[in-house]
Amino acid sequence: MNVSEIIKPENQVFCKTKLMTDATLSYCPGCGHGTAHNLTMEVIDEMGIVADTIGVAPVGCSVLAYDFMNIDMTQAAHGRAPAVATAISRLWPNKYVFTYQGDGDLAAIGTAETIHACNRGENIVVIFVNNGIYGMTGGQMAPTTLSGMPTSTSPYGRDVKTMGSPIKMTELVANLPGVYFATRHAVHTHKHARKAKKAIQKAFENTRLKKGVSFVEIVSNCNSGWKMTPLESNQWMVDNMFPYYPLGDIKVDGVLK
Amino acid sequence: MTEEIIIAGFGGQGVLSMGKILAYSGIMQDEEVSWMPSYGPEMRGGTANVTVILSDERISSPYLKMYDTAIILNQQSMDKFEETVKPGGTLLYDPNGISQHPTRTDIKIYQIEGAKLAAEMGNKKIFNMVVLGAFLKIKPIVKLENVIEGLKKSLSERYHYLIPLNKEAIIEGMGNVSPYTIEEQALPN
Amino acid sequence: MSELKLMKGNEALAEAAIRAGVDAYFGYPITPQSEVIEHLMAERPEERTGMIVLQAESEIAAINMVYGAASTGKKVMTSSSSPGISLKLEGISYLAGAELPAVIVNVVRGGPGLGTIQPSQADYFQSVKGGGHGDYKLYVLAPASVQEMSDFVEDAFDIAFKYRAPVLILSDGLIGQMMEKVYLKDQQERISDEEVIKKYGGWAVTGKTDRKRNIITSLDLQSEKMEARVHRLLKKYAQMEKEDLRFEKISCDDAEYLFVAYGSSARIAQKAVELARKKGIKAGLLRPITLFPFPKQQLFELADQVKGILSVELNAGQMVEDVRLSVEHKVAVEHFGRTGGIIHTPEEVLEALEEKIIHNERIGDYKTRESSIL
Repeated sequence: MNVSEIIKPENQVFCKTKLMTDATLSYCPGCGHGTAHNLTMEVIDEMGIVADTIGVAPVGCSVLAYDFMNIDMTQAAHGRAPAVATAISRLWPNKYVFTYQGDGDLAAIGTAETIHACNRGENIVVIFVNNGIYGMTGGQMAPTTLSGMPTSTSPYGRDVKTMGSPIKMTELVANLPGVYFATRHAVHTHKHARKAKKAIQKAFENTRLKKGVSFVEIVSNCNSGWKMTPLESNQWMVDNMFPYYPLGDIKVDGVLK
Repeated sequence: MTEEIIIAGFGGQGVLSMGKILAYSGIMQDEEVSWMPSYGPEMRGGTANVTVILSDERISSPYLKMYDTAIILNQQSMDKFEETVKPGGTLLYDPNGISQHPTRTDIKIYQIEGAKLAAEMGNKKIFNMVVLGAFLKIKPIVKLENVIEGLKKSLSERYHYLIPLNKEAIIEGMGNVSPYTIEEQALPN
Repeated sequence: MSELKLMKGNEALAEAAIRAGVDAYFGYPITPQSEVIEHLMAERPEERTGMIVLQAESEIAAINMVYGAASTGKKVMTSSSSPGISLKLEGISYLAGAELPAVIVNVVRGGPGLGTIQPSQADYFQSVKGGGHGDYKLYVLAPASVQEMSDFVEDAFDIAFKYRAPVLILSDGLIGQMMEKVYLKDQQERISDEEVIKKYGGWAVTGKTDRKRNIITSLDLQSEKMEARVHRLLKKYAQMEKEDLRFEKISCDDAEYLFVAYGSSARIAQKAVELARKKGIKAGLLRPITLFPFPKQQLFELADQVKGILSVELNAGQMVEDVRLSVEHKVAVEHFGRTGGIIHTPEEVLEALEEKIIHNERIGDYKTRESSIL
C-alpha cells in the first residue's frame, strides 16, 4: 500500500477547517481562541455563506483574527466592533455580519457600543470570548475578572469594593428587546465545543431570519495570563469561572429563560 | 445696490423670519442675499438678531459692524445697535416698550407702531410683517409682489392661506410709517 | 445646477449629501451643526434614495460606523462640531491608517474644552496637523459660502475615493448657520451593491467570493510593513499637493498688502479688502480653499510682490505658522484674530492691517515681541 492509496476522501478522519488560513495561530498553546475561531469558520463554511459574510475583528488577543479566518474582515478600533458591524449590516442587510470580541473590548471600553447595538437590535452576531483578563497587553484586570483574582493591575486580587464586581454582559444585554438570542458556552472539551458550535450556528440562522442580535459568550481560559498550565487553567475555569458565569441559554427566540 | 440690514428684537417677535422673507424676496428679483442670525441659547425669550444683506454683487462679509439700516424692536437692541447705523443710514423702530428713544442726528429715524397695528388687525403674529411693510416703504429695495413670492417660498404650503393676511399687514405697515425727529423726544408727554 | 434655494449652510450640506447619492450618514447632535442630521431625518432619505441615516449613541460610535460602512466601499459621512470631532479623532486616525474613503464635517465652535457654541476657526491645527495619532494628514476643504457647503460634499467624496483617504470639510458656526442662495445639484443615483463590488472589490469587504479575501486594517506589527504603509500615505499626500490644491485670489494683481484667510474669515477679509481699497490701500486676499494641501508656492511668489501679509483667523494664531513657513521670511507675516466665538468685523481686520503691517515699526520682529494676539 502506498501513500496515494491511503490519501483518499473515505480514509480521511480529520481535516483543517476549510475557512482557516495556513497562518500559524498566534495564540498561546492551550488558549480557547483557536477553537472558537474554528467553530465559527466551520459554521460559516457548512452554511455556505462565506460570500455573504463580513467579520469584524476587535482589539485584544484576537486583533489578528483576520490573519486566521479566511473571510472578508475589517479590524475595528478597541471596543467599536458593534458600531462598525451596525453600519455594515445596515448597508448590506442581506449579509451575515459578526463581531468577534474579548472581554476588555466588549465589556469595558466598548460597553456603550455593545449596549446600543444590542438595544437597536442590529441584525448581527456577537461572539464574545470571556477569559476574565487582558491577555494581549500582559494580564491586566478585565471587567470580567473574578472577585479576588490576581492580575497585574490587581496584584492582591480584585477587590470588588474598589474595583467593582465582575460584569455579566450576556445577562445584561439579554434584557434588551433587541437581543433575540443570548447564550453562554465553553470550548475546553469536545462536548462543550459541539454545543458552542450549535449555538453559533443558531446565531447565524437568526441573522438569516433577520431576528436582531445573537449574543454568544464563550467562557474561556487564559493560561498565560492566569499563570497556569493549560490543563490547570481549564480546571480553574471549571471550578471558578463557571459558577459565576453559568453555561447555558439565557434568552432563546426572544424569550428570557 | 447693496443694502446691509440688522433686524433685532426679542426671540419670538419674528425677527429671524422677517429676515428670511426679506432674503427670499431678494432672491425672487435675482439679488445676492445673505442671512446671518445670532444663534444659541438666546433664541427663545432673549434677544435675537439677524444680519440680512441684499446686493446685486457677490456678497463679501455676511457679518458686519455697520449697517445701512437697523430695524429695532426692543430696548436692548436699541442700546446695542443705534450706534451701528452708518452715518446717513436709517433706523426704523417700534416705540412700543422703548424708554430710551434714539438720539443720533446724523441718521434718518422712523417709527412704526407695529405691535399696536398688529393687535388692531387681530393677529399679533403679523407684527413682523407690519414692520417689514414700514421698512419697504422707506427703502423699496424689493417689490411687494416679490415679497409675496418670497412668502410662498419660505412658508410651507399648509400656511399659504395666511399669505393674504401677511400682505395686508405689509400694506398696513407701508401706510403707517412716520419719520421721527429728535425734537419730538424733547417734548414733555 | 437645478434648484435655487435659500438655505442654511448646514442644511445645504445635508441636502447635497442626499443628492450626491451618499449611502449613509452617522452622527450625534451638537450645536452648531445639528441641522445636518435634523435635515437628513426630516427629508426621509431612506425613501428618497435609500440613504441610511442613523443617530448614533456617541460621536465615537458614529465615526466607527463610518469606518464600518467605508470598509465595504460605500459612500459614507459624518458631521460634528469641535468637541465631537475631538472624540472622533481616534476613528479618523484609523480611517487614515486603514486607507478608507470617508467624509467628515467639522462645523467649528470656540474652544478649548466645552468652549462656546459660537463660530471659531480654532481647530485649524487639529485639522491640518493630524489631530489624531500617527503620521497622517487629511485633505481639508474649507467652504466659505453656503454654495460651497453644498458643492464640497461631492468634491470631498471625489477626493476620498481618488485617494482612498478620509477628507475633512472644515466649516464653522457662521457658514453653518447663515443662509444664502444655493444652487442644488440634480439628484444622482446611489451606486448599486453590484457596482460597489465591481468597482471596489479589490479592497472592500463585501464577502469573500472566488477572489482573495479582503482585509481592512491599520495594524502592521512588523515595523517594515508599517513603514511601507506610512510611505504609501506620504505618496498620496504628495500627489494631493501636486494635483488637488485649491485656492482663490481676490484683488491680488496689484496688491501691496495681502490678507490670507479661509472660510468665514475669508468673507470678512474680502470686505476688509473693499474697505481698504476705498481708503487707497492696495490690499488683496489669498483664500486657501484647501488647507491641506496649502498654497505654499502661491504665497512664496506673492511674498515678492507685497510689503506685508496679515493672516486673518478666528483663533489665536494657527494658520499664520503655515503662512510664515511658506514665505520663508521674505516678507513679514502677522496674525489677527478674535477668539472665544467673537467674530472680527471687516473694520477691525482693516485696522489690524494698518496697525500690525502698514504702520508697525517692529514688523517681522517675532522673537522679542509678546504674543501677537494680546
